[in-house]
Amino acid sequence: MIAAQQPVQRPPDARLLVVNAGRHIDHAPRASFARYLRPGDLVVANDAATLPASLAGHHAETGAAVEVRLAGRTSLRPEDVGRFSAVVFGAGDYRTRTEDRPAPPPLAAGDRLVLGPLGATIEQLLGHPRLVSLRFEGSPDEVWNGLARHGRPIQYAHVPAPLALWDVWTRIAGPPAAFEPPSAGFALDWRVLAEMRGRGAEFATITHAAGISSTGDEELDRLLPFDEPYRIPEATARAVRRAKSNGGRVVAVGTSVVRALEHAAAGDGLVRAGEGIATQRLGPSSRLRVVDAILSGTHEPGTSHYDLLRAFLDDATLRRATAELDARGYRTHEFGDSVLIERVRTGS
Amino acid sequence: MTIPSDFYPNQSGGEEIFHGLRVAVTGGTSGLGLALVRELLSRGARVAFVARTRERVERVARENGGAHGVVGDVSSKEDIYPVALQVVGELGGLDVLVNNASDLGPVPLAMLSDTECEDLERAFATNVLGPFRLTKALMGALAASAREGRGAAVLNISSDAAFNPYPGWGAYGASKAALHHLSRIWGEEHAADGVRFLSLDPGDMDTPMHAAAVPDADPATLKRPEQAARELADAIAAALPRRTAPAVTPTAAQSYEGANL
Repeated sequence: MIAAQQPVQRPPDARLLVVNAGRHIDHAPRASFARYLRPGDLVVANDAATLPASLAGHHAETGAAVEVRLAGRTSLRPEDVGRFSAVVFGAGDYRTRTEDRPAPPPLAAGDRLVLGPLGATIEQLLGHPRLVSLRFEGSPDEVWNGLARHGRPIQYAHVPAPLALWDVWTRIAGPPAAFEPPSAGFALDWRVLAEMRGRGAEFATITHAAGISSTGDEELDRLLPFDEPYRIPEATARAVRRAKSNGGRVVAVGTSVVRALEHAAAGDGLVRAGEGIATQRLGPSSRLRVVDAILSGTHEPGTSHYDLLRAFLDDATLRRATAELDARGYRTHEFGDSVLIERVRTGS
Repeated sequence: MTIPSDFYPNQSGGEEIFHGLRVAVTGGTSGLGLALVRELLSRGARVAFVARTRERVERVARENGGAHGVVGDVSSKEDIYPVALQVVGELGGLDVLVNNASDLGPVPLAMLSDTECEDLERAFATNVLGPFRLTKALMGALAASAREGRGAAVLNISSDAAFNPYPGWGAYGASKAALHHLSRIWGEEHAADGVRFLSLDPGDMDTPMHAAAVPDADPATLKRPEQAARELADAIAAALPRRTAPAVTPTAAQSYEGANL
């Protein structure tokens, strides 16, 4: 697949590869997504806005330049904005590929990082020289202000232009909780939501702190995705129950929604409202109890996102879909094209 | 033109509606905006306010415990997303946006043909583009609130100058007319999302803006901004669903309230 390099959320020529429950593969303009919905279906998206989670600065003890990428948080409460887990890079920025980025200076608990107007102290290393937990100085409002003034969206070398928040906030972006954009939601705009409604499908959201997709370090990447807090509103839990009891399909927009809904239903298969922390990795052996279909970006084999798609359908069909994406020049990464995959119904 | 003080029916349970309500007010350090910040806080709302001058933002935040001050200029495109980030981040979501910050255009007031282009541009940047951009950036948070049954509303501060061709008020009046029309179209387009749009004229008030426009006005003939703030808060309460009712999926509701009260 080709990397999508332009930060355009909804290019007019965006495409959609559709795999239905009968393993049939179809190609469509992505703008026609709503046509695949039926009355009673429920579309669930992640309404997290994206934090400006890349913070340039220096390591106070050595003076060495660093880039801190916030990567995790234990709760979504607005006042809990003091502590984060973070990946620390050495000098440079996104224009250097992450795998070529220099390591940060040796970091130790108690070290101080100066990040523009923000100051932070490293609380501990999290089992890797580049993965730390840190605590910001100041009140929650001061931290939000510092992030707003100094932070930039996390980005990668395949998009050359510097990203602004408006490039990475989806149309439905609400609570700023994601470390990288929940980019499957780029496919949605208010017109699409109106079309979905017109077809008798419902729309609901969860908030999920989608984490970073790559660290440039193989050992760290194997730990992805990190634990991700999420919140499921009561209205969304009710909508899921309603869809399930009416025979409608639950269509997740993005892997983060699948993780959250399936995590919330891990007990008895019922989605409960409230906060949780998605810790599970979904893959070919996972049994999906809630989500019937996923609208997602296109993903390369070997990534955690690709593995999650294997929970929806058999490897042979997924390989066939991947071959189609390659053969037809679909674009990949966050501003790329999309897939709509319906869970293959076994035994029916 | 003023709002009769008994225009808005008393909301039984009105204070309950405000308890924990998350409201953002632009232009919150003087005049009507400051009065609104205080009125909403006194009713139990959680308030974030936006204004340009850091010292004034910090002072108002200090003097009004619990209010979240955000420094930003709504007429600046670059400021909008950082403002939206802080508003939604600090409040944990947003139920009500009040686009109050306004620019008068030329001071002293001038006939349109004497109005400098820059003065007209600044009035439109503050009174039209600012509310357009900020509402767009915050629409996701507002619609999320509506989906959760909390309701959501955008109050755009209008003016009788949006409807009457007062000589000398060209930049202000034309920009407020544009904002009023934006409100009406937004209201149509987002009714099904459960986001209500209000465009209300608070009346001629004893504020710094009115003093700049009409320096020789007798303050005794003008409405107190505190009075207008009470009326606007009542209008916000009337636009939101009762909290006591079981939360339901929002349905198409009357989304637009007439401005010409």
